[in-house]
Amino acid sequence: MTTPPSMSERSLFQRLFEPKDIKSLSPVRLVLTYALLTFWSFVVLFPLYWLLVTSFKLPIHVSDGPVYLPFIDFEPSTHAWSYIFFDLGNDTFRPYMNSLIIAFISTFLAVLFGSMAAYALTRITYRPKLGSIAVFIVMLAAAVYLTAAVGVAWQISLAVGAALFVLFLLTLAKRFKRALGNNDILFWIISQRILPPVVAVLPIYVMFQQFRLLDTHFALIVVYMAVNLPIVVWLMRDFFATIPIDLEESAELDGASRFRIFLTIVMPLAKPGLAATFLLVLILSWNEYLLALFLSTADAQTMPLLVAAQNATRGPQWWYMSVLIVIMILPVVAMTGLLQRFITRGLLIGAVKG
Amino acid sequence: MFPSSAKFTEWSDRQAPTLLILPTVLIILGLSIYPLLLSLYLALSRFKLVRGGYELKFVGLRNFKKLLFGSQQYHFLGTLGQISLLEWCLLACVVVAFAYWIWRYLCSGKAGIFGTLGRLITATVLTGLILLGLSVLNAKGFPGSLIVTLFYVFAGVSLQFLIGLGLALLCAQRIAGRNFFRLIFFIPLMVTPVGIAYAFRMLADVSKGPFAPLWQWFGYGDFAWAVDAWSARWVVLIGDSWQWIPFMFIVLLAALENQPGEQVEAAKMDGAGGWQIFRDISWPAIAPVAATVILIRLIEAFKIVDLPNILTNGGPGIATESMTLHAFIAWRTQDLGGSSAVGYMLLFVAVVTCVSFFNFIAQKTQEAGT
Repeated sequence: MTTPPSMSERSLFQRLFEPKDIKSLSPVRLVLTYALLTFWSFVVLFPLYWLLVTSFKLPIHVSDGPVYLPFIDFEPSTHAWSYIFFDLGNDTFRPYMNSLIIAFISTFLAVLFGSMAAYALTRITYRPKLGSIAVFIVMLAAAVYLTAAVGVAWQISLAVGAALFVLFLLTLAKRFKRALGNNDILFWIISQRILPPVVAVLPIYVMFQQFRLLDTHFALIVVYMAVNLPIVVWLMRDFFATIPIDLEESAELDGASRFRIFLTIVMPLAKPGLAATFLLVLILSWNEYLLALFLSTADAQTMPLLVAAQNATRGPQWWYMSVLIVIMILPVVAMTGLLQRFITRGLLIGAVKG
Repeated sequence: MFPSSAKFTEWSDRQAPTLLILPTVLIILGLSIYPLLLSLYLALSRFKLVRGGYELKFVGLRNFKKLLFGSQQYHFLGTLGQISLLEWCLLACVVVAFAYWIWRYLCSGKAGIFGTLGRLITATVLTGLILLGLSVLNAKGFPGSLIVTLFYVFAGVSLQFLIGLGLALLCAQRIAGRNFFRLIFFIPLMVTPVGIAYAFRMLADVSKGPFAPLWQWFGYGDFAWAVDAWSARWVVLIGDSWQWIPFMFIVLLAALENQPGEQVEAAKMDGAGGWQIFRDISWPAIAPVAATVILIRLIEAFKIVDLPNILTNGGPGIATESMTLHAFIAWRTQDLGGSSAVGYMLLFVAVVTCVSFFNFIAQKTQEAGT
């Protein structure tokens, strides 16, 4: 006869599958959880480990089938590292510097302009009727300028003018009913992110060609800034919305100007959001490939292009490639380490409010 | 007259509302809206190099016609095969479901002209895409860049969401080392897609890659994934997912950590199971965040280009070519009109998909959540 287990003595089954108290996990579940998490860590880390190991391999170690552990399976060699750093020398450092300059400057500018706009959209009520008129005039002037001074075909500027006029009418008619236009402006800015870069890049290519700006840092900085602005506005607006307005009001009573309030009061309070946004945009511009492929050839070549080019004449040079990819990850990892404690909070606020 | 600094300060303060937003608006107008319109003109014209420059000839919708019905149909839509009877029945079910959806909206009493129009567009486009998918995904057909892109988008985003959510749920439990895992899992997001493409080319090598002994043991020693259309597509998809699962994971984990802990504990006291807690407490709490990350990923997933370009070069044939890569290849062959036309089709599909998702799914969850 089996006796029912008393309350204090738990059977083996219970000890394995039921938690000790409400806040902890049962041993089986704990083991399962750690097994799955460890497995995923392996999935995440193995490709990176393989890159690192390959960067110390001789060509023969790659072509003869897999070897896994340095010093045990094969004798590591620094030939690839010395080739990249000393033989190539400037051919590595120039794209690296290009990437650093372009990514950091464009990210900085995108975060600056984007937060300005996002702040304005949370604190100031716009009457978009006036705004759309001003925009229309500016665009018309630009179109005329392009036709007259730069020599773009008249059909193009006419098409642009007509389309903008329609846009103007649409916005005007819409605003007529609504007093508040901030949400419309916000939606308009964010919706630009849906625009696939490949649609915009051909005219941008032609435009920069006419201004003789192709293959310059300036071109890539401006374009990266433009494609990342919508994200900045999206994330930062929700961040500014959570900052209490009282501080700013009292500063305004003391006679501080809008810009002063923005720079000395609001921006410091928004640090977590700024850090997360900065990191996200930095990663996006640091790794960007398609736009760089169109807009830069030699002088402004960025790292992703250099990595992609290692496939060139003699087949893929895995060892050189691995070195380049490893040194490309480093600055981003360093920035993430610096900003890590802000990331989660910053990303969440943007996502919750969406 | 040179404005004094005090005057300048006063002026800038008065103009602050305009000055704050002007840079963003100008940049977007200059580098998004203006190129978009120019691109429309390019899509409607034929580009030709002539001596000392180039010439654009207006050809109307001919570029689009070429993609949809003409010589590039195999490349864009794909090679059309036969649709079986069963698939016709499936399609009929889809049409009936959409009709019922619109009918219910019309009967709800809140129907407006834009809402009806939007639903009609969504239903028409989605039905068309399903019809296209059915007609190319069979023995005789072969999918073009449109269906391949949709495969990357829908299969990719679903896979990334499910694995990301699973990992987030595991990590949200009371376990030691949660921050360590969070840090590790974040890393793939930082690697350049070009690098990921090369890394996965090495890993997927069945004869010299790290898993070669495993492949040989299973008897696939000389299986060439790059020659088979579907295995090549899956390798691209896995590479893309490896990069983007961390994004889903980190945002969903933050959302899970934010949910009220007392509710979960109270439910456990009452003897609720894990699935019940997830369905009734966690999921409603994170649904708005989930909808938003899916929307963000949908928007970005349509732009995929680096991975197919480097991993497989679009091959075998055109099997892994995404629409962006298709447009890039057209550009490289001086077909600027065709390239812009592909770009515009991509814009159209992306806008319809993302706006439909936002209006009909994301907003619902947010309304329910608040």
